Amino acid sequence: MASGRTYIWKRGISVSESIELEIFRYCPEKDAEPLFKSYQVPFREDWVVLDAINYIKDELDGTLSYRWSCRMGVCGSCGMMVNGEPKLTCSAFLRDYSSGKIRVEPLQGFPVLRDLVFQMDDFINKLTEVKPYILRNENGEKQVEEGEYLQSPAQLAKYKQYTLCINCMLCYSACPIYALDSEFVGPAAIALAQRYNMDSRDQGRKQRQEVIAGHEGIWQCTFVGECSVVCPKNVDPAAAIQRAKVSSTMDFFKGIITLGSKE
Amino acid sequence: MKTYQIPVSNTWWLKKKSYFFFVIREMTSLFVAGYCLFLLVFISKAAESQQAYTELLVSLKSPVSILLHLIFLAFILYHAITWFNLTPKIMVLHIGEEKIPDGLIAVSIYIGWLAVSLIILWIIFGG
Ligand code: SF4
Ligand code: FES
Repeated sequence: MASGRTYIWKRGISVSESIELEIFRYCPEKDAEPLFKSYQVPFREDWVVLDAINYIKDELDGTLSYRWSCRMGVCGSCGMMVNGEPKLTCSAFLRDYSSGKIRVEPLQGFPVLRDLVFQMDDFINKLTEVKPYILRNENGEKQVEEGEYLQSPAQLAKYKQYTLCINCMLCYSACPIYALDSEFVGPAAIALAQRYNMDSRDQGRKQRQEVIAGHEGIWQCTFVGECSVVCPKNVDPAAAIQRAKVSSTMDFFKGIITLGSKE
Repeated sequence: MKTYQIPVSNTWWLKKKSYFFFVIREMTSLFVAGYCLFLLVFISKAAESQQAYTELLVSLKSPVSILLHLIFLAFILYHAITWFNLTPKIMVLHIGEEKIPDGLIAVSIYIGWLAVSLIILWIIFGG
C-alpha cells in the first residue's frame, strides 16, 4: 500500500529528527476508558500533523482510525484537538509545535466512536433544523418564465462570509456552552441560518426563528467568542449569533409597538 | 452504537486563558450591578435629609471606601473596555460592498464614551 508515499517520507530523514505524537486511542469493543499511545514520527519541516498521523497509520500502527480527505483545508473532516486546541490537522504544521511532543485527541464535545473518530449526527441534525436553503413565502415563488432572482454585489456582501463554512465543527469544539449543554444549536448552524436570513432572495427568517430564537438557540450564547477564534475560514460565527440577537430584540420591540395595530 | 463521552471538568474555565478572561468579564457584571445599587442608596440618602447625606459623604472619604472604589473602578473599566472591543462584532455596517472596518466602529464608541464622560465632568465641576 502507498509505496510511493512511503518512499517520500523515508527519503532524507535521519533518525534523530523525530517528534513524539501522543494519540488518544479508544476501541469500543475492548476499552472501557480511552488511553494515550505514543508514536515516534520523523520530523519534517513541511509536514502537518495529518501527515504524521498518516505515517503512523501506514508505517507503525494500521489500527488507528481517523477522518480526513482533501488535505487542503477544504473538506473540513480532519478536525482534531492538537495540544488542546481545535485544529484542522491538515493545516497544523509540526514545525509550529516546538515542545517535541504533540498530543492529538478527538474534537472535544462530541461522543467518541473510535480513536479520533467522533459522532457528528447531532451537528448534521442541527444543520438541517435551521432550514439551510432559500425559502419563499406562500405564493412568493417566481415562475420559471419570470426569470431568476437578481442580487446585487452589495446584497451578496452582506452574507458572503457566512457561506464560507466548511462544517469542520472546530467552533463547536471550542464552545464551552456546547460542551456543557449539547442541545445548544451552536455556532456553525446559527451562522448558516444567518447566511440565509440575510440573503435578499430569502423570505424564510420567520420559519427559522423558532429554532434560532428558541430555548436552545442564540440566547444560550454568552459570547465567549472562541468559536470565531478557532474558525479556519473566518466565518465569525460569534458575530453571526450576536447579530441574530440584535434582530430578535428588534422583533420584540417591533412586536410591542405594533401590538395595538394588530388587534 | 457504543460511544465514549469525554467528561467536562468543573474547572474547564481555568484550562484556557480566553475562557478565564471570559469568566472574569461575566463576573464584572456583578460589580456594575453592585455600583448601580450603591448609586440608588446614594440618591435615597440625598433625598432623606441633609444630615444623612453629609454623613454618607464623610464615610465615602474613608480609606476603606476609597479602596473599594478603586477595586470597583478596575472591574467596571474591564467590563466597559472588553464590551466596547466586542461591539464591532455586533454592529456590522456596510457601505455598498465594503464593510466598515472594526477598528473604526470601536474608535467611534470610545470617542462617544469620552464625550459623555467630559459632559458629566463639566456638569460636576464646571457647570
Ligand atoms: S463556522 Fe468555521 S469553525 Fe465552525 S464549522 Fe464552519 S468553518 Fe468550521
Ligand atoms: S483533510 Fe480536508 S480539511 Fe483537512
